[in-house]
Amino acid sequence: MPHEADQLALIERVRAKPLRFRDERITMAHGAGGKATLTLIEGLLAPLLGVRELDDAARLDGFAMTTDSFVVKPIRFPGGSIGELAVNGTVNDLAMAGARPLALTLSLVLEEGLPADELRAEVEAIGAAARAAGIEIVGGDTKVVERGHCDSMYVTTTGIGTIDERASLSPSSLRPGDRIIVSGAVGDHGTAVMLARGEFELDAAVESDTRSLWPAVDTLLGAAGPSLRCLRDATRGGVASVLNELARASGTAMVVREGEVPVRPAVAGACEILGIDPMYVANEGVFVAFVAPDGAEDALAALRSVPGCEEAAEIGEVKTEPPGLVLVETAFGGRRVMDMLVGDPLPRIC
Amino acid sequence: MRFVDEFRDAELGRILASEIVATVEPGRHYKVMEVCGGHTHTIYKYGVDDLLPENVELVHGPGCPVCVIPMGRVDDGIAIAARDEVILTCFGDMMRIPGGSGCFLEAKAAGADIRMVYSPLDALRIARENPDREIVFYAVGFETTAPSTALTLKRAKGDGIANFTVFSNHVTIVPPLRALLESPDLRLDGFIGPGHVSTVVGARPFEFIPADYGKPIVVSGFEPLDLLQSVHMVLKQLAEGRCEVENQYRRVVPYDGNPAALSVLAEVFELRPHFEWRGLGFISHSGLKLSRDYADFDAEVRFGVPGVRVADPKACQCGEVLKGVIKPWECKVFGTACTPERPIGTCMVSSEGACAAYYNYGRFAREREVV
Repeated sequence: MPHEADQLALIERVRAKPLRFRDERITMAHGAGGKATLTLIEGLLAPLLGVRELDDAARLDGFAMTTDSFVVKPIRFPGGSIGELAVNGTVNDLAMAGARPLALTLSLVLEEGLPADELRAEVEAIGAAARAAGIEIVGGDTKVVERGHCDSMYVTTTGIGTIDERASLSPSSLRPGDRIIVSGAVGDHGTAVMLARGEFELDAAVESDTRSLWPAVDTLLGAAGPSLRCLRDATRGGVASVLNELARASGTAMVVREGEVPVRPAVAGACEILGIDPMYVANEGVFVAFVAPDGAEDALAALRSVPGCEEAAEIGEVKTEPPGLVLVETAFGGRRVMDMLVGDPLPRIC
Repeated sequence: MRFVDEFRDAELGRILASEIVATVEPGRHYKVMEVCGGHTHTIYKYGVDDLLPENVELVHGPGCPVCVIPMGRVDDGIAIAARDEVILTCFGDMMRIPGGSGCFLEAKAAGADIRMVYSPLDALRIARENPDREIVFYAVGFETTAPSTALTLKRAKGDGIANFTVFSNHVTIVPPLRALLESPDLRLDGFIGPGHVSTVVGARPFEFIPADYGKPIVVSGFEPLDLLQSVHMVLKQLAEGRCEVENQYRRVVPYDGNPAALSVLAEVFELRPHFEWRGLGFISHSGLKLSRDYADFDAEVRFGVPGVRVADPKACQCGEVLKGVIKPWECKVFGTACTPERPIGTCMVSSEGACAAYYNYGRFAREREVV
């Protein structure tokens, strides 16, 4: 009879192996930001393209560059719309590399029949978000496809920024003892979009948190400087996926204190009813910061002074053992694993 | 969150845990089965078993409705969904359940029109909106979800919606429990009874467990404090030499169940002579099919399905896991060949499956240290 600990150690060895892409077709799970997405990237895209380092943005000679596509449905939701997301999403990927965003290019795929007013509203939203983030739209492209070949509109933005000289951010710089900080309450965006789809007949005053995170990163770099080890924005797959990706990439363990994770009551309530853990729900204005212990207190205080980050909180710590695992100390007093998302977060049936 | 946080109070949990320690005989090993997958999920999600003494072992039972769907029934669903005129609707949990020829998620990617719904009424709405298509609801679940399928069928019949049918995999809770208790390799001291099913059937149907088999059962709620209290109640019965049905979940479960729900079930469904359960084999009078009055709404009648029995994969030990004979990690393929992203067995798919709950939440040996 095998021993439980031996069996679990074997499983972790299996999990630590490079991921192989073996699926016959693309399923929706490959786009959900969890394990299937990681398998697609690590197992197919990166090896075929020769990409070695996977991060939110590429670093090139003092510059950072990134690209992102947006296919959200519905295109407007409480607190934002696809246009704002398209700007802020790319701006935030630059900010996570410690880069001050400079400029974006914009690519639109429009569905035949899209009302001009809807397009105008989104282009205005793109312009407003760009002004708010202090960047310019410097070029773009437009394509139209037949009705039914896309859903209203898809938007792609590509951004460039200058890497701030105070920043040296990388997953490989994580050290045991580093504090884990979230920049605000988690789960707002995904919950707002889920409810806006109207599939649940649930109403709650939840708005997307879409915003540029550069001001917060700027402040944090000023307050924590070299103590700031790594930043990740917690978009698809939520905070849980960020922690798992980084634990895997850096070979560290992480422990999260569940009771200290900020979640708004309306988000907690909606997630409770739907059987979803807010830690897996997408954000568009929340990042996870890893800060050396001696800089953590100043970093948190500085972050809380930034508008939109008042609820920033220290939620856990980087550890050595067991490598690659994210553990949660539950508010109830137990302990469990917090794994990567496997498919879309689905409501339980009973 | 009011009315929720109260049932997750860590201080009360510690008090209950110390009462449990005071109730058990130190030298004795206790095995208590929680029947319902929802309980399994709660135990792992909150780390409830971290609060139990080492000699109290929770064994996970067969009460996860998607885990007990045999492979042939999944293939039947895929065969129906492959028809051009059909939109197959189902709960999200079903999407990844492996059949003999793939799962619904793969069938969808290959072109079948398969849509997730959150209620059978959503499927009926899709039927109203698409009068030129055939909408099939792939129904799963114990008596917990069967009434909502039944009500939807009543509405479809009342409104004369001709393009809506149900493929019923509904099952009943008592026959598999009896089958389990008859199993010679089972050694249990008592049961945590399924709370959600009991909101419909009540606690009375479980009286055969103490009467015929001499085991205590406590019907339990789904919050961590509910479970701790129920474990305590089972252990207390054992300590006091009692053996009866107790109802910890009285705030929701009436002892005689929900008569309105039971009457709609009796109208719309009838028992099948036997039904196959994944890993457990055929169990008599354990499955529900549409009654004669509703035969027009029965997808099995309208479409004709392969109906081929597909043997469970040899490596898969879901049956032993569902019976609580082995723990998830003792299965030969657990966590290596069988993972939530590439499941071989059903227990690895649903969040209420014992293997998935253990893999996703419990995959950390208790004795290991975090440093």
